[in-house]
Amino acid sequence: MEFKHKTPLIDQLETGPWPSFVSDIKREAESRRKNERNIDYQIPADVCEDLLGVLELSYEHGRTHWKHGGIVGVFGYGGGVIGRYCDQPEMFPGVAHFHTLRVNQPSSKFYTTKYLEQLCDLWERRGSGITNMHGSTGDIVFLGTTTPQLEEIFYELTHNIGQDLGGSGSNLRTPSCCLSGARCEFACYNTQAICHALTNEYQDELHRPAFPYKFKFKFDGCPNCCVASIARSDMSFIGTWRDDIRIDQEAVKAYVGGELKPNAGAHAGRDWGPFDIQKEVIDLCPTGCMRWDGSKLEINNKECTRCMHCINVMPRALRVGQDTGCSILVGAKAPILDGAQMSSLLVPFIKVEEPYDEIKELIESIWDWWMEEGKNRERLGELIKRQGFQKLLDVTGLKAIPQMVKEPRSNPYIFWKEEEVPGGWKRDINEFRKYHQR
Amino acid sequence: MDEEAAKKKIIETLEKKKGKSKFYLKDFYKMLPDEKNRAVKNLVNKMVREELLEYWSSGSTTLYGLKGAGKQAAAEHED
Repeated sequence: MEFKHKTPLIDQLETGPWPSFVSDIKREAESRRKNERNIDYQIPADVCEDLLGVLELSYEHGRTHWKHGGIVGVFGYGGGVIGRYCDQPEMFPGVAHFHTLRVNQPSSKFYTTKYLEQLCDLWERRGSGITNMHGSTGDIVFLGTTTPQLEEIFYELTHNIGQDLGGSGSNLRTPSCCLSGARCEFACYNTQAICHALTNEYQDELHRPAFPYKFKFKFDGCPNCCVASIARSDMSFIGTWRDDIRIDQEAVKAYVGGELKPNAGAHAGRDWGPFDIQKEVIDLCPTGCMRWDGSKLEINNKECTRCMHCINVMPRALRVGQDTGCSILVGAKAPILDGAQMSSLLVPFIKVEEPYDEIKELIESIWDWWMEEGKNRERLGELIKRQGFQKLLDVTGLKAIPQMVKEPRSNPYIFWKEEEVPGGWKRDINEFRKYHQR
Repeated sequence: MDEEAAKKKIIETLEKKKGKSKFYLKDFYKMLPDEKNRAVKNLVNKMVREELLEYWSSGSTTLYGLKGAGKQAAAEHED
């Protein structure tokens, strides 16, 4: 189909072997142009064509034509909507306003088909039809609508679909959890239940900015950390156990004898040779706490750091313990004021039981400290670094224990330096305004 | 300080500010130093609901300003 704008540069993105977002946008643009379902579009029908056009222009100029941030939102909420505007509105009127909405995903992202259809129908009619399933924080992300549609979308979401907006700005962000016991035998606590309970408990913090900056909870049912809480959340709740790893010696022998496939057959696409328990499990244990004598597997559980490797390799033979709960870690973040940080252990073990009073007490004591002492745009991890972990222990009333050790840190992000960018950080405002309207 | 006096203080302080029209929550704590931070946060959010103030959000950070102040409204075609 011939679209409004020629897009030779971004067309190249469709030539690789991988799925292309350009093809996806073109498909939506074509669908909107044909409108075979006679949808009463509430924003320009050519929004996706203009989106392709502005993206092409950005590739041509090597810089963005979006302005982000703004005063837009729904009444009474200080989060959930991120204003976005195009700085070439005459050229691309369909994306003059192109606001993002964050929609609070259900725990573990379980949907019915009907629910998904309702979301998609709403977004086709009142937005661009383009979604991001899911954003980094876990939200359902609706990409691109106009200001007059915001309240209408919010009304339909809340009244017809029973759905709320998620968090953005200096708010509690949408809490997020792993699949938990619904699909996984490793879950040491019900992540969905606590994620849902705390989302309801802290509605005010989710919708009305209360903090110096963003704050994230994430709930992982076991140390495999499928929602990466240890790297991405100010408070990480990671499932663990206090007793011993359960061993089925007969099943261990079945793995060694080749009757059971290691890693539940996950890497079976290639012939790795016969399973070698010594090489693939015992020698890879980070604390060296395992022993195999040819007929019996032994684990010195006191030395186990819950790395999960042996359990992942031999899930039929090894299972997490039965006295389960979670560890609470604090302070993970991406680099903004300071470098990237992983969470640090604060509570080695706590039972996770409704109504979660002990956990709520801990959360609120941390918030009180951060709201009082945190600088503008300072994450909890940075405050802990600035004032010290000891201060955190003071405000939470916890005693220092040997488990509160730091992990080696590494920085997974790449930032450009001024000398690496042509022209540095300085720009000629008059030259800039030739191409970007105020 | 009663609520009406606190609101008046906030509005007067914001009206006097030159150059900047959007402020962090912590700036409001300084305007009412005798009040608890949580109480100021609640008051500022209430003032947004009463349409005396408005949020400005970059997506990652939220600031507050007098409703309609600054060039934001015009820039966003809201006026």
